[in-house]
Amino acid sequence: MLKIENLQAGIEGKQILKGINLDIKPGEVHAIMGPNGSGKSTLASVLAGRENYEVTGGSVTFDGKDLLELAPEERAGEGLFLAFQYPVEIPGLSTTNFIKTAVNEVRKYRGQEALDAVGFLKYMKEKMAMMNMDQSLLSRPLNEGFSGGEKKRNEIFQMAMLEPKLSILDETDSGLDIDAIRIVSNGVNKLRGKNNSVLVITHYQRLLDYIVPDFVHVLYKGRIVKSGTKELALELEERGYDFIKNEVNVGEEA
Amino acid sequence: MKTEIYQPEREEKREDLDILEQTVLNEYKYGFVTDIEADEAPKGLSEDIVRFISSKKNEPEWMLEWRLKAYRQWLKMTEPNWANVKYPAINYQDIIYYSAPKQKINPKSLDEIDPELRRTFEKLGISLDEQKRLSGVAVDAVIDSVSIATTFKDQLAELGIIFCSMSEAIQEHPELIRQYLGSVVPATDNYFSALNSAVFSDGSFCFIPKGVRCPMELSTYFRINAENTGQFERTLIVAEDNSYVSYLEGCTAPMRDENQLHAAVVEIVALDHAEVKYSTVQNWYPGDKEGKGGIYNFVTKRGICKGVHSKISWTQVETGSAVTWKYPSVILKGDHSIGEFYSVAVTNNLQQADTGTKMMHIGKNTRSRIVSKGISAGRSQNSYRGLVQVGKNAEKARNFSQCDSLLLGDKCGAHTFPYIEVKNNSAVVEHEATTSKIGEDQIFYCNQRGIDTETAVALIINGFAKEVMNQLPMEFAVEAQKLLAISLEGSVG
Repeated sequence: MLKIENLQAGIEGKQILKGINLDIKPGEVHAIMGPNGSGKSTLASVLAGRENYEVTGGSVTFDGKDLLELAPEERAGEGLFLAFQYPVEIPGLSTTNFIKTAVNEVRKYRGQEALDAVGFLKYMKEKMAMMNMDQSLLSRPLNEGFSGGEKKRNEIFQMAMLEPKLSILDETDSGLDIDAIRIVSNGVNKLRGKNNSVLVITHYQRLLDYIVPDFVHVLYKGRIVKSGTKELALELEERGYDFIKNEVNVGEEA
Repeated sequence: MKTEIYQPEREEKREDLDILEQTVLNEYKYGFVTDIEADEAPKGLSEDIVRFISSKKNEPEWMLEWRLKAYRQWLKMTEPNWANVKYPAINYQDIIYYSAPKQKINPKSLDEIDPELRRTFEKLGISLDEQKRLSGVAVDAVIDSVSIATTFKDQLAELGIIFCSMSEAIQEHPELIRQYLGSVVPATDNYFSALNSAVFSDGSFCFIPKGVRCPMELSTYFRINAENTGQFERTLIVAEDNSYVSYLEGCTAPMRDENQLHAAVVEIVALDHAEVKYSTVQNWYPGDKEGKGGIYNFVTKRGICKGVHSKISWTQVETGSAVTWKYPSVILKGDHSIGEFYSVAVTNNLQQADTGTKMMHIGKNTRSRIVSKGISAGRSQNSYRGLVQVGKNAEKARNFSQCDSLLLGDKCGAHTFPYIEVKNNSAVVEHEATTSKIGEDQIFYCNQRGIDTETAVALIINGFAKEVMNQLPMEFAVEAQKLLAISLEGSVG
């Protein structure tokens, strides 16, 4: 589904990703872990198409298409979803209204008819029941005055509404207490299926107790330096990132 | 699990999203010209022209005297220059002050209206055919200097409501006109009101008798068509005790290279417990991208809450005009009266707007609320100018003002000039102001959800302006949201 080959990218002339290789197949959940500054969020931004990041080499194919050629909204249309680490506020714009626009824009891209008000509400109600989402959040202006947990729940609800093929969760656990992590993770787990994949980006292992990955990759200094199964995450938790750093640094010296 | 009954939100009923999707037009779409023979006055202004206009309208002597008095005052006045706008000097002798489509005078029925004129209004989305109108809105259609039709007149008359053109009101209801015309905005109030008083050609008159709640929206649609003409309309609304009316005003003009002057006066009188809601969607031609052409919109709008517990509410969505100079105001004379001003002013390209309000608290326990949202794009300049005045007898007067500015790009300007004068210690006056920019983060967030940049901007500005848009009657809100999106097209990205 997603194939990243030797991806190099940076911002303002500074190289951050120095050759990433990653292959995600339908139905798989991959986790990317790494210390601060390793390039985790840069990877998420580059995949979603944030403008100020510059790709300097490598390729990314998404469902056979050259992802890097597509505008951010086209990537969304193709089924790529990014749950933001810091969801933005849009004062005065109701969350429902925003989601309705998003759903219909994505439907338009996919050649489906736009949902009218009635159809949309029916669809939204189904998803609300599935995700245990209540109305009050959706009536409020988008993310305005939301707590950290509410913002992340809202992200995951949007993910449910847009039915993406690949969801990237960028440090979704940051700033959340354990209850909020559980709620958000339950949401993500409900959305797992054999045709859609998830890329979880996180600093801490604890999120992976709830969203159990098939593969874990360690990102360090812009490269994936170690890959393994979920046990790798536990090892990281136990030994800290230092052992990875040491391994890499020793390797570099040799 | 608890199932919540979902309550659709107000803006969803309006289906604004579908409308935003339709905003694919880049150009001012009302810029066409109707080819119709016109009956015009010669260019320029003099006592003779004032007499010419008065006689064209077959006015009584008192009206002519009123005009002449205003004209003589105007001659002694000088054009104000304190507004934060710049424009070349206006040559008042180069303007045509009267232009009327040559059509049958006083058509008995709507069928007698020139088909070309009917088509003009159809094109603008205003049907003069009562049968075809879906919504309960009565329209007075004014083209250049004259009103050509007023719909639903008979139905309204059954309730004692008078809704007609100003020309007709002068003929048919002279006692009301003499009592109220100029009672809120005296001819000598300012340069442009004096000019208007001398040469006003038409406009609407609306009278709601005691205890009547007007069952439909009343509206006037103003259209400038002829070249080199100025439009000087005059609107007067009188709401007697315990009455209510909601009034709408819309306007457009053809695209022309030269600037055209629009100097209107609107007066509102609200007696005891009366309520008047006045909404404007101003979309005069704004000029092209280089600032060529466009309407100079110099308007005086003022209402007086004369009676106790009366209420006047101004809502305006200002997207058009090259230069706007306008401060819809309320004199809060009656005890416990309420004045409101809700405004969205959008400027793009080289447009300039200096707009705001005046709330003059005279009576006790009077309250006013000001919500102003300025959106600037391109190289435009957008100023809010407001005055809150509390007189020495205005015990416990309250005012709340909120002025927010949103900037698109870095070549435009937003300015706020709040003036506060309080002469009573028990008054509470609050003012809040913010300035923000549409962030790249906001746009990217929308993009990531599949929403393109143009639509994202429309969503963001509609969110920004929502508090004001919610004040508009439903029929206008949809139109206004479209307008906001269209007038900012191409300003980001």
